[in-house]
Amino acid sequence: MKTDNINQGRRRFLTAATTVIGGVGAAFTAVPFVSSWQPSAKAKAIGAPVEVDISKLESGQRLTVTWRGKPVWVVRRTQDTLDALAELGDKLRDPASDVKTQQPKYAVNEHRALKPEFLVLVGICTHLGCSPTFVKETDPHSLGAEWKGGFFCPCHGSRFDLAGRVFQGVPAPTNLVVPPHAYLSDSRILIGVDQDSIDVKQQII
Amino acid sequence: MKNLLNGLLGWTDARFPLTKMWNEHLADYYAPKNLNFWYFFGSLALLVLVNQILTGIWLTMSYKPDAELAFASVEFIMRDVEWGWLIRYLHSTGASAFFVVVYLHMFRGLMYGSYKQPRELLWLVGMLIYLMLMAEAFMGYLLPWGQMSYWGAQVIVSLFGAIPVIGEDLTLWIRGDYVVSDATLNRFFALHVIALPIALLGLVVVHIIALHEVGSNNPDGVEIKKNKNEKGKPVDGIPFHPYYTVKDMVGVVAFLFLFSLVVFFWPEMGGWFLEKDNFIPANPLKTPEHIVPLWYFTPFYAILRAIPDKLTGVLAMGASIVMLFLIPWLEQHPVKSVRYRSLLYKMLLGVFVVTFVILGWLGTQPAMPVLSELGMRLAELYFGFFLILWLHSKEERPSGTYFGVFIGVLIVVLLVDITRFSSDNMALIVISSLIPIVYFGVFILGSLLPTLNKSKSVPDRLTVK
Repeated sequence: MKTDNINQGRRRFLTAATTVIGGVGAAFTAVPFVSSWQPSAKAKAIGAPVEVDISKLESGQRLTVTWRGKPVWVVRRTQDTLDALAELGDKLRDPASDVKTQQPKYAVNEHRALKPEFLVLVGICTHLGCSPTFVKETDPHSLGAEWKGGFFCPCHGSRFDLAGRVFQGVPAPTNLVVPPHAYLSDSRILIGVDQDSIDVKQQII
Repeated sequence: MKNLLNGLLGWTDARFPLTKMWNEHLADYYAPKNLNFWYFFGSLALLVLVNQILTGIWLTMSYKPDAELAFASVEFIMRDVEWGWLIRYLHSTGASAFFVVVYLHMFRGLMYGSYKQPRELLWLVGMLIYLMLMAEAFMGYLLPWGQMSYWGAQVIVSLFGAIPVIGEDLTLWIRGDYVVSDATLNRFFALHVIALPIALLGLVVVHIIALHEVGSNNPDGVEIKKNKNEKGKPVDGIPFHPYYTVKDMVGVVAFLFLFSLVVFFWPEMGGWFLEKDNFIPANPLKTPEHIVPLWYFTPFYAILRAIPDKLTGVLAMGASIVMLFLIPWLEQHPVKSVRYRSLLYKMLLGVFVVTFVILGWLGTQPAMPVLSELGMRLAELYFGFFLILWLHSKEERPSGTYFGVFIGVLIVVLLVDITRFSSDNMALIVISSLIPIVYFGVFILGSLLPTLNKSKSVPDRLTVK
């Protein structure tokens, strides 16, 4: 091809400009495809709070309900269990619940609960999302003689105590999540809203 | 009649390069004359791919990608659809067979140095196919919507959650919901049956084009293109068709014999190909007692589990796959085939296979302290392999290099042990530390002995027994 009468500089500029504009267009075209993978409006709407009746829950027992598709546990702890929690401090990663994202502020206390007797937890391991098994002190287990009861994740061996606090030396990085929850009465818990929210105040009669 | 067919061929050739392509890729494509049975696995992988696509299309005719209906629709295929059980078992056994064949194919490449110059890109494309295949298998495993499907997907998707800052949003985006749900099932179905197969087919074509550009390596690792006759044909080469098309058929028959044995007699393979927990419908509230991925993921899964820290564990698992991509640049020893490499190199390759297999077994076992410790040590050996591969790529290094690398490795192992040290696992850590010490001692310091570290001279022509 002959190069006379061809302005190479202008040609390069036009090629580059077309490429850039085309690239920007392609990037904008990708937006609907990428956004389409976000949770749909329907998935977002199914987040309604769940009411749990705890009047029939015996000491040491656990109850499981579904909230936002996830298992939520309510465990009724005995006084012995509560006393044992304080002794585990140095074996835990975050004994004082310092990681703020893992519980609402009203659960930042030694029992990680509104009322010490009832523990409310999202039953999903903070490692890779399995649901840990509830292993009582008296259950047959291979977790050692010092096991005071708690949760053991069968997937990767993470361990949590009966306040959902993670032990050291296991893959899970943080304590189990305490969901926002509120007491409507002594026997009814609402999972998914905070104790001091307007919703709850209207329902407590 | 013959004239008519010749006429038709001529008419076509004037419009489409049919004869040209036939010659370029089959009749006039020269392959080394000494290819052994290890060279069956490439064509077998192609056969399994065809099986997966064919049975996959038939399965979609009866399968329902809906969280409410999926599990029952698979049972419907198994019980009520004419021959449905066979089509499904061909597909599920085919998935495992795919990985058997691909692992053997990859090991062949490792053994004979088929990733070396000029075949680096061929190896990279192959690794991409392997990666795609893992994604394809993982997404396909969610579709029956059993307990293992559900919790396996939950764990693998959660791996992305370990990425700092964007992790949580990324997992939400992948799932399309706050948990693995109908939305996840539906999009995995779309990816499994449309997007990934198209990508896989494309990559396979690229892999074959790249192969035919550079030509096959062979068990001697000698380039046949260096020795051509007056017609420009390799002296040690034979046309792929009819020689290897016919030979590959023998491989196909042997493969189909074993494959049929599994399909008809042990389709579940004792829980290795279809896990028993997957015959229970998915339950988002309860993780099975013992969850394991399918066997082809377990070596990497064992590395993930061995490391008692979420982010490091996920990074190590990712790195264990990335290392395989880097082999062509880590290992550049001029001698290609293991046949002419040093005794130490043969042992190294053997130990790597053993490490990989034991890691695979560990990944299927419950998370017990002794096994986690063993997993940690074997993970050190796994990564150590790539370091030693690099170290051995040159035969004569100053002895200071070997001592330096050995001490460096021991310091890394020691530092790792210090971070995970506690009074509970003290004895275990001390005893198991012998594994890396012996391994690195033999393969790094052993290089100082010329009897162990000397490769043989490579012949000029191929050897045929």
